Amino acid sequence: MSTLLADAPEITLPDPSNAPRCFALDRRTFLQLFGGGLLVCLTGESALAQESGRGFGGGRQQVPSDVSAWIHIAADNRISVFTGKVEVGQNIRTSLAQQVADELMVPFDAITMVMGDTDLTPYDMGTFGSQSTPQMGPRLRTMAAAARQALVEMAAKQWSCDAAALIVADGKVTAPNANQSLTYGQLTRGEKLVTTVSASAPLLAPKDWKVAGTPVPKANGRDFVTGKHQYPSDITLPGMMFGKVLRATGYNATVDSIDTSAAEKMPGVKLVRDGDFIGVVAPDAWTAEAALAAIKAKWTVPSQPSNQNIFDYLKSNSEAPRGGTRSNAASQPAAAAAAPASADAIELAQSYTVQYIAHAPLEPRAAVAQWDSTGKLTVWTGTQRPFGVKDELVAAFHLDPSKVRVIQPDMGAGYGGKHTGDAAVEAARLAKGAGAPVRLVWTREEEFTWAYFRPAGLMELKASVQHDGTLVSWEHHNYNSGNAGLPTPYNVANPVTEYHASKSPLRIGSYRALASTANHFARECFMDELAHAVGMDPLTFRHQNLTEPRLLAVLNAAADKFGWAPGKSTPTRGFGLACGMEKGGHVATCAEVAIDPANKKVHIVRVVSAWESGAVVNPDGLRNQNMGAIVQGIGGALFEAIRFSDGRILNPHFESYRLPRFSDTPQVEIVLVDRKDIAPAGAGETGLVGLAPAVGNAIFAATGERLRNMPMAPSDLVPGIASSPVQS
Amino acid sequence: MSTLTLHINGVDLPVDAPGDETLLSVLRNRLSLTGTKYGCGEGECGACTVLLDGHAVKSCQTLMSEAAGAKITTIEGLAPDAQHGQLTAVQQAFLDEGAFQCGYCTSGMIMRATAMLNVTPHPTEAQIVSSMNGNVCRCGTYPRIIAAVQHASALAATHSSEKGAAR
Repeated sequence: MSTLLADAPEITLPDPSNAPRCFALDRRTFLQLFGGGLLVCLTGESALAQESGRGFGGGRQQVPSDVSAWIHIAADNRISVFTGKVEVGQNIRTSLAQQVADELMVPFDAITMVMGDTDLTPYDMGTFGSQSTPQMGPRLRTMAAAARQALVEMAAKQWSCDAAALIVADGKVTAPNANQSLTYGQLTRGEKLVTTVSASAPLLAPKDWKVAGTPVPKANGRDFVTGKHQYPSDITLPGMMFGKVLRATGYNATVDSIDTSAAEKMPGVKLVRDGDFIGVVAPDAWTAEAALAAIKAKWTVPSQPSNQNIFDYLKSNSEAPRGGTRSNAASQPAAAAAAPASADAIELAQSYTVQYIAHAPLEPRAAVAQWDSTGKLTVWTGTQRPFGVKDELVAAFHLDPSKVRVIQPDMGAGYGGKHTGDAAVEAARLAKGAGAPVRLVWTREEEFTWAYFRPAGLMELKASVQHDGTLVSWEHHNYNSGNAGLPTPYNVANPVTEYHASKSPLRIGSYRALASTANHFARECFMDELAHAVGMDPLTFRHQNLTEPRLLAVLNAAADKFGWAPGKSTPTRGFGLACGMEKGGHVATCAEVAIDPANKKVHIVRVVSAWESGAVVNPDGLRNQNMGAIVQGIGGALFEAIRFSDGRILNPHFESYRLPRFSDTPQVEIVLVDRKDIAPAGAGETGLVGLAPAVGNAIFAATGERLRNMPMAPSDLVPGIASSPVQS
Repeated sequence: MSTLTLHINGVDLPVDAPGDETLLSVLRNRLSLTGTKYGCGEGECGACTVLLDGHAVKSCQTLMSEAAGAKITTIEGLAPDAQHGQLTAVQQAFLDEGAFQCGYCTSGMIMRATAMLNVTPHPTEAQIVSSMNGNVCRCGTYPRIIAAVQHASALAATHSSEKGAAR
């Protein structure tokens, strides 16, 4: 399989202000949906006039083409906020609404977030890279502040008074003598108003937040405990049929023969064939499955790499290192090799590996597609990139962009694994063939086989350290898995950190925290090795080589809460730590592991993780994300690995691909460091990176066994990796 | 195809389907009771958990014909008035503890916890882990789910003592 270029793990985010705009608001839809009120649009740097006048939909006024967000305030005071970001479990629906509520000075419940609908929301590249909080947050806050300003000015005009003297609270503007008060909705008088604002309104400082900064519960939480919320795979349309798609028995397979006659004879079944694409639709899902099973196909699958030789393969197929732009700013040209070890320094060199792993979101890929009588295609699907999926549909069916709408209901998670529109395109093709709406839900096996993986990677590290614990040279090469988290935060002259892209035999793409997990595993375990080499406590060793104040702050916060002390480990109880930073998030993780001397089983007993990503928007959501990252991280650290050979996935089931469960879960304590003086960064990813190295270092502290391959204690042997001295 | 009557959430529903169709498929694809989720279809994740005569079963491993004659309860049928009324102690506890992220596993978790608390009203943490270990939360909210089950146990005890006092 070819690398998924658009989602390569080393993806570099373009400057959002230069992002291609794909503005497709049907203003009549807006009118029908929302009627009168005030529509506030936020433009980029090329802001048009501050006040673009009255009458949206009226022809004279055009909404500018670089609108990046908007808010509608209805005559009945309902406030709708539109953004192309999507909710995948990271709680952004709640935390964005909190920020808007503060700037608009309304209660949290007054806000409805409309998200991830390509007809209703402005263009957005996608929900990834921990960008929603640092980018969409300020955008929506700016717009909300400007909306509030506009409403106050309307009140001042109505009452012929000074706007500065008016009081705004709880969605109302009140005159200075308190004898008059109008709600935002009343101020619009039900007229259709448009205001265009630029990104310049002053924003509340985090210390003045009232709704943001508090633990507001998940928006619409009740819908999730009553089964009311409809995920993409739950969407049900009148006359809807059910689809299945024929899959090859391996990657890069060629078809020898296909016999569809039995399937086509089944009542109600329709075969949809278009080049290589073969699918079936039926009035019910059970029949569709039976029809797919009735297709007889023979394939030839070519010989392909397996786990056995994967790291040799990745290294021998790697490209020249990417310096500077593609690697990282700290990287030096390859010629500037690491400084040679001096006589009084110890030099170490080691290799670390990570295997391919699967995102395994509990809701697999799913889509419901419908073509209407005008030829317009609407697809409900689970994706982190609704506008990207729209582009895929436009290309696949040669459609005008106005003829495609993608709607993303809050979905059963993604973790970076749902950037593509595979199921959306397939469902649309089936629906076209069926002449009816079609629901397509991938099976777990399809999700394991035909989605994409977190890439495997080889990390080669070399460093020298003086006997007093001072790092004097550093070299870190990553083959295939990516450059995220590759620069070292430790003080060392002329570090060499290089990413070598390679040719992956499996389809790869983004995964929560990207290569930061692999690079932190390697670096933080290697730091532990260096500390032991010079006989220093791992915390003291980090203190000696670290001056980055935010990273030091979380390191000390975690160590304090954990009760870190040198030399506590015994053969049955190990203590380890790790830290790192990426995308504005700073994390330090301490782990305590128990080793059963009888069977060498390792159990993670307790984890303390300290986190700082600027001002805290929702402490409850932030704790939840960090706790979830720790628990999810256990899988990759100890036992998750995709086993593959000759173009086939050998463990495409939960029975053979082990996920973290209740019984694997330690006591988890999250320490939040709230920096109200720093703008909030994203927090869904980087919390993952400290767990594996902290656990690896704890296992070493107990057993003296240094585990350099993730997963460190797989239940089944991973071909090519020596049997682990500990079990999970 | 055969017609069977399923007793779901207090209502008798006739269903035309092959007897070997799974209860999960019938619920989701024929009756639009989509609160019960597909996660793996192999009985390994618990997202499809429903109650059969009060016992938690994985509906992807239960044939429609096996479910006929039993009282089937899905997430939609737990609270008498799911839209606006009082939630069950377990549902309320999941809300109070924020015991979810994406929420896709939540239906199955709530059904499993409900069945366990019916049998063991005051479970230890070890009993909760043991009883719920077949249910997967890929977002990793297990510590909160354990807290929610403990909270639900306390809520239910409060409710029953209030009822007792009212008598």
